[in-house]
Amino acid sequence: MIESLPLHRLKKPSVLLALLSCAVFTLVLSPFIGAGQVLLKEVFTFPSASVEHNIFWQMRLPRVLVGFLVGGILALSGMVFQSLFRNPLVSPFTLGVSAGASFGAAVYIWLRFAFTIFGISGTTVFSYLGALVSIYFVWSLAKMKFGSSISKMLLAGVAVSFFFVSLIMFIQYLSDYDQSVKISRWLMGGLYVFGYDTVRDMFFLAVIGLAAIFYFSHELNLLTTGEEIAVSRGVDLKWTVKGLFLVISLMMGGIVSICGPIGFVDIIAPHVCRLLIGHDHRYLTPATFLLGGAFLVLCDTFARTIAAPAEIPVGVITALLGGPFFLWLLRGRGNDG
Amino acid sequence: MEIKKRQSREEGQDRAMGYPAPAINIKQFSFCYGSREILHEINMSVNVGEYVSIIGPNGAGKSTVLKCINRIVKGGQGTIELFGRPLASYSQKQLGSLIGYVPQSREQPSVYTVEEFVMMGRYPHLQAFAPSQKEDERIVREALCLTGLQDLSCRLMRHLSGGERQKVYLAAALAQQPKILLLDEPTTHLDPKHHIEIQKIISDICSQGGMTVLHVTHDLSYIYYWSQKIVAIKDGRVHSSGLPRDVMKSENLYQIFDAPFLRIPHPVAKHDIIIPEVHA
Repeated sequence: MIESLPLHRLKKPSVLLALLSCAVFTLVLSPFIGAGQVLLKEVFTFPSASVEHNIFWQMRLPRVLVGFLVGGILALSGMVFQSLFRNPLVSPFTLGVSAGASFGAAVYIWLRFAFTIFGISGTTVFSYLGALVSIYFVWSLAKMKFGSSISKMLLAGVAVSFFFVSLIMFIQYLSDYDQSVKISRWLMGGLYVFGYDTVRDMFFLAVIGLAAIFYFSHELNLLTTGEEIAVSRGVDLKWTVKGLFLVISLMMGGIVSICGPIGFVDIIAPHVCRLLIGHDHRYLTPATFLLGGAFLVLCDTFARTIAAPAEIPVGVITALLGGPFFLWLLRGRGNDG
Repeated sequence: MEIKKRQSREEGQDRAMGYPAPAINIKQFSFCYGSREILHEINMSVNVGEYVSIIGPNGAGKSTVLKCINRIVKGGQGTIELFGRPLASYSQKQLGSLIGYVPQSREQPSVYTVEEFVMMGRYPHLQAFAPSQKEDERIVREALCLTGLQDLSCRLMRHLSGGERQKVYLAAALAQQPKILLLDEPTTHLDPKHHIEIQKIISDICSQGGMTVLHVTHDLSYIYYWSQKIVAIKDGRVHSSGLPRDVMKSENLYQIFDAPFLRIPHPVAKHDIIIPEVHA
């Protein structure tokens, strides 16, 4: 049996370990980088009233942690979309689910609602509903045989995206100046100053997402090979798709409501991980989460230092990197469309 | 497990009464896709351990019969029973552990290695979160050996030839350890060597492994020799069914396919061979 044990199986845990070290390294290093210098001595003096101490513990660290969790969750939702649609170019961002969630949040801002349900903010609830509606849209379009070709599926996604973006513009038109600025600033997608309660919320979201996707990892593996094969092996397609879509809506709603739509992490991270570790979702899921997290933290560190003391929204950076990457992917698959 | 026990008990009861429940029993089954009727009041049954072939022209609804049995397509009027129990009483996962399915060889090549893909055949026997067990690995290894793929186990599916890939699909279906094997033209587009090899594996697991086989195919000579029963489907209806020598009469084949066939004795073996008649 030993000689038939394939090499790729031995390699996977070490790839995971390498990704984990990368993620930890990024997490430890990033809070020290920024507009103002922070010194190790000041940071680890407790208690301390120094500005550097507070910048590190109250601003940079929670921001880095939120960035990591958000990046991980975004990458996971992209991975699931790509497996379900069997298409490396789709993601909640390219198929308009982010736009749907944004629309939900924009409605919330416009209506000047301010409520919480069981400690969940109204923005999150509205984003979640927006994400759910747009996912339903996209899946129905895919079922209408739009999914038969990659280009058609992408165009359907673009149409959904346009639709929701137009609705957002309509709402901005109806809003007053303050609300409009608030909406458009937030639509750029960014990680701003967060407290530890946001870290906690994102942590719970990540745990739920990871657990659910792990639970469906066998199903995702089979669905990657094709719907017919998956069903004939015993996959309950309806339950799997519904379960995963509910989880993705939850994750996208949660993220978009606090950071706005951040694109392309959900395409880059899963794709690189597939190249590194293969398509087995039991390994791919943690790898994607780690790489997505580390990638977004790096982008955000870049975003807040490049034009310091000003900050560029991180969504701008990921889009600048992701656009060319997306085109490269599209070019490589030109004949499949 | 519970289901299996119950099922074998039911089988036992039926046997005790002298009527073993057929593995597959289709009664008055019709199926529509949109407004188009694909199957019209199909009746057929396959006994446990039997090798039954379905023949018929393209688009007659042969594949749809298979897909209705393992619920790749849902719906339809009439009844389908597996081992005496209605299809609706099985969950999809139970069907997965009961029925193996080998699709037509036009499937998209997969991104997995051969071993990973065959291991996925164990899905209906796996628990969520649980890694594959020694037992699963043993079964996968057996399936790979049976199909002669042991040397290819680390290769990526997309680097295989069509014939090898088709063997992988068969191995994955065998790793499901099913009681019924549904084959949808598994050997179409294959060269004679792979064709014969796959056909041999299939008939061996039927005759020696006691598996029930339902085989959709156009290889009339092969199934004349291998199958115990033939069902001919035309325009969504059962045209004729019975023993190979009865169904495969030249005039009957002409009615089924609208094309002339020659049935001539094999020069060496005892069975007949059937070839399309070609006019120069």
